[in-house]
Amino acid sequence: MQKRQFLKTLLSATLIASGLGLAHADTLSNVEKSGVIRIAVPQDFPPFGSLGSDLKLQGYDIDMANLIAHELKAKVELIPVTSTNRIPYLTTGKVDLVISSLGKNAEREKVIDFSAPYVPFVKSVFGPEEAKISKPADLAGKVVGVTRGSTEDLALTKLAPADTVIKRFEDNNATISSYLTGQVQLVTLGNIVANSVNAMTKLRRLSPKMTVEDTPCYVGLAKGETAMLAKVNDIISKAKKDGRLNQFSLRWLQVPLPAGL
Amino acid sequence: MSYHFDFAAVFDYDSALLAGTAHTLLLTAVGAVAGLGIGILGAGCRAWKIRPFDRFFAVYVELIRNTPFLIQLFFVYFGLPSLGVRLDEWQAAILAVIINLGAYTTEIIRAGIEATPRGQIEAAQSLAMTRAQIFRHVVLPPALAKVWPAICSQVVIVMLGTSVCSQIAAEELTFAANFIQSRNFRAFETYLIVTAIYFALAVIVRQMLIVSGRYAFGRRTR
Repeated sequence: MQKRQFLKTLLSATLIASGLGLAHADTLSNVEKSGVIRIAVPQDFPPFGSLGSDLKLQGYDIDMANLIAHELKAKVELIPVTSTNRIPYLTTGKVDLVISSLGKNAEREKVIDFSAPYVPFVKSVFGPEEAKISKPADLAGKVVGVTRGSTEDLALTKLAPADTVIKRFEDNNATISSYLTGQVQLVTLGNIVANSVNAMTKLRRLSPKMTVEDTPCYVGLAKGETAMLAKVNDIISKAKKDGRLNQFSLRWLQVPLPAGL
Repeated sequence: MSYHFDFAAVFDYDSALLAGTAHTLLLTAVGAVAGLGIGILGAGCRAWKIRPFDRFFAVYVELIRNTPFLIQLFFVYFGLPSLGVRLDEWQAAILAVIINLGAYTTEIIRAGIEATPRGQIEAAQSLAMTRAQIFRHVVLPPALAKVWPAICSQVVIVMLGTSVCSQIAAEELTFAANFIQSRNFRAFETYLIVTAIYFALAVIVRQMLIVSGRYAFGRRTR
């Protein structure tokens, strides 16, 4: 009996507390008060976020989370999420920010807000050094490999001329092999993937030719957090200017941060 | 159950399904004819111990029958370019199918040849027929007639096996299924329809082979 009463009290207390939390949804002042910021990060998506050999989280998004916490003078609490639950974590108030290679689209913009972009996530057509490809029309009559069903497959299918031969392979590895063995003239890959292939093999260089899709990643915030949004955008633009984002990019993506981001 | 079946979403891609079906059939037809040719050649060499070709075919049969078709296909498509032999996905698929079926039919036909009664060959020799004549007129036709059901089965197995050619971007029926499924996310409907197509193809191909066997060997079999 007593135990049940206690549970009831606890339950109502929780409900009231969470109700209060929602009523005073100003994340920035909450963070400043408590000195702790909760950030959702990926744990299975290198180079953005993965477990290192010391079992600690590492990656571009982890560095980004630490940077924002540092600028807010708060202690960071990293909360590993998956790509499917990262937005619910934000909308139910379990985290203050999502920094998890999050791309922007119309459906997502209905439920959360986005900061300025902090890292590019470009997919491009790659080919040999001497291939002269700079615009979609140049792909006419060319054989281009791509991974079937990927976002770059959809984007490439849309922009390539009708007489481009698109060869769709089962997975990223087959797509890469098809280029390395010369079965296709060109190949469409994430720039980050292509860089790691270049680092691993000298069989055939992948030199970037033309951007197929440019969907940068953004910090995600709950709707209406204007103070926090302004602060995060300040931090991002400051980090862009003083070269810290460029360092992250060099460290995790092996390329400098593009100037236009 | 909250899932709404939408088969129309698959039939939006009917041209992809048709093209895929046609390619699968073509691949099977070319593979079957050439594979049967290799099988007859190999079985003749092995059964009549024509050196050194019998040794060569023995190694070939063991090698192909004891390795997966997918690996043979990858070797032809991704492996051979390193030796300077670059075949496109269709050349690679057709070559792999021929090589694969050739090995199996070699063994199947050899069994038929070895079942030829000794007396028939001796009778042919007493008529002063050459070795080639004996093989062509006395040994081969009844041997093929005997093992024809096994050959039909092997061709159907190979036809179903061509589904792995989708892995090297050859746009056959399984490729069409995976492609459609990656565009409309209707996995259940897509694979159900493609399963039905494969089943129908298998039944049709088998019946056609049985009928053509009856036409070719009709008078010899009871």
